[in-house]
Amino acid sequence: MPIFALVDCNNFYASCEKLFDPRLAGVPVVVLSNNDGCVVARSAEVKALGIPMGVPWFRIREQARRHGIVAFSSNYALYADMSNRVVEVLAQFSPDIEVYSIDESFLDVSGFEGTGLAEYGRQIRERVQRWLGLTVCVGIAPTKTLAKLANHCAKKNLAGAAGVCDFTIMPPADLDALLTRIDVGEVWGVGRKLTPRLQAMGIGTVRDLRDADAETLRSRFSVVLERTLRELRGTSCLALEEVVPDKQQIICSRSFGERVHDLEALQEAVASYLSRAAEKLRQQGSLAGALTVYIRTSPFNPSEPRYQKAVTVPLPEATADSRLLARWGRRILKQIYRPGFAYQKAGVMLSDIRPRLRNQLSLFSSSRATRANGRLMQALDQINARWGRGTLRLAAEGLDKEWQMKRGHLSPGYTTEWAGLPTVKAR
Amino acid sequence: MSSILPVPESIAAAFFNDIQRPALATLPCALPLDSGKVSAGFPSPAADYEDRRLDINTYLIRNPVSTFFFPVEGRSMEGAEIFAGDVLVVDRSIAPQHGHIVVAFINGERLVKRLYQRAGRVALVAENQDYPPIEIREGLDLLVWGVAVGKFKRLPI
Repeated sequence: MPIFALVDCNNFYASCEKLFDPRLAGVPVVVLSNNDGCVVARSAEVKALGIPMGVPWFRIREQARRHGIVAFSSNYALYADMSNRVVEVLAQFSPDIEVYSIDESFLDVSGFEGTGLAEYGRQIRERVQRWLGLTVCVGIAPTKTLAKLANHCAKKNLAGAAGVCDFTIMPPADLDALLTRIDVGEVWGVGRKLTPRLQAMGIGTVRDLRDADAETLRSRFSVVLERTLRELRGTSCLALEEVVPDKQQIICSRSFGERVHDLEALQEAVASYLSRAAEKLRQQGSLAGALTVYIRTSPFNPSEPRYQKAVTVPLPEATADSRLLARWGRRILKQIYRPGFAYQKAGVMLSDIRPRLRNQLSLFSSSRATRANGRLMQALDQINARWGRGTLRLAAEGLDKEWQMKRGHLSPGYTTEWAGLPTVKAR
Repeated sequence: MSSILPVPESIAAAFFNDIQRPALATLPCALPLDSGKVSAGFPSPAADYEDRRLDINTYLIRNPVSTFFFPVEGRSMEGAEIFAGDVLVVDRSIAPQHGHIVVAFINGERLVKRLYQRAGRVALVAENQDYPPIEIREGLDLLVWGVAVGKFKRLPI
């Protein structure tokens, strides 16, 4: 029988920022989304101030000034490096690990009952704290859904101790009482949409859901919710997904730092998003059979004229060639572009994705040109992997990239760039 | 340069039928096309001694996952041969002890000092007469961030 531990970093982005900057000790810190739009991470001090997740930065700027809140743009390079380090440490505790998101991983800890699972959880927490300076909470249970809940309890101090909560040794009566105190909306997979519908049926707490009639739930909702219910009852239905399945769609889209009006700049943006998407496509060894390009004006500004359009074209031949994709992207964009609008966002999507494997038979038969193109793309990826993304790029991507993201509060690449290393004073 | 090409599983299986390959069923298998050229004649007598070139990473870094770099500013650690412009290799997995050179956060600053911890006294000590030790008393916020285990520097050419 599997036993899962969900290890989750507390306030991950904000904690990464605090780790390297001693001036931030005890200071409220928020991290903002792309273009410094919304609050996507909050330090404990900010949570205590009651500032909600997702609130637009401009709306709390005054409040932030009063409380001395420090804001950061998302430093993805830093968070990704710290996230990889956390996963490396966790891998020392179990060979079976599923990296669920940038700050959460599931571990299969069955076989470690001897030490006491809660004690094992404390060791995990202690090592991540000592080695990386990040605080994690650990939830331990016989199913992934319950492990998520146990983690929630550890984080909110509802049960367990010192950031670790183990459902496997909790007496059933205690667990019942605990689940009565947690809203059904906290259950993994029960979203904001389902919660009111469940509440209308008298299912308000996790315990209500666990003890509900499985047949009724399946007929009224879905087998997915029925599976959730079985997981809540302790039957593991969701296994660790150790191998990331290849993506069926690759999307690359971004808001612009400033509004974009002319076709030229949009062309550059679309070309560079396509480059990035094609690179991801090649990384997983796939080809795309269809390409979507979309553009839109801001949905928030009622005074501006609005326009949005997305067009998908099937490609004559599946490809992973940045240049071919960029050419198609250009053609689509030309069709959907309308002058006179202030564009706020553009995006591309690659779909109808298939493994290159199947097309690989052509390796020995097809024209020299196709093979040469493949090698050119390989060279492109190798150069960019070695010298940094964007070292070698299509001319269509443009040089000055005026439309690029605004990241006015970006911290240095403390662990990812030589020029960004934190200095120490010998004084 | 070796080129990586996905190979159909049927072919890969023929190559690898005698060793364990746990992930092959689900993953495309990459094979280097030109690793290990087959040639007639005598094998190189050095073949068994390949891959022995020294790697400075393994010399300087004991535990990569918990290791971070900090460039040094200032002269207070010159007695310990730590100079301005050196980059410190700092390992968080080592428990700080009396006598270690440490990176410490104190009153909003990142400092490099020698840790003094004896007879209930804690202090951060410089290695230069011109800089007095910092006694850690109540109210002084000290965080020993990590232990310095090495340093490196590039020379101008």
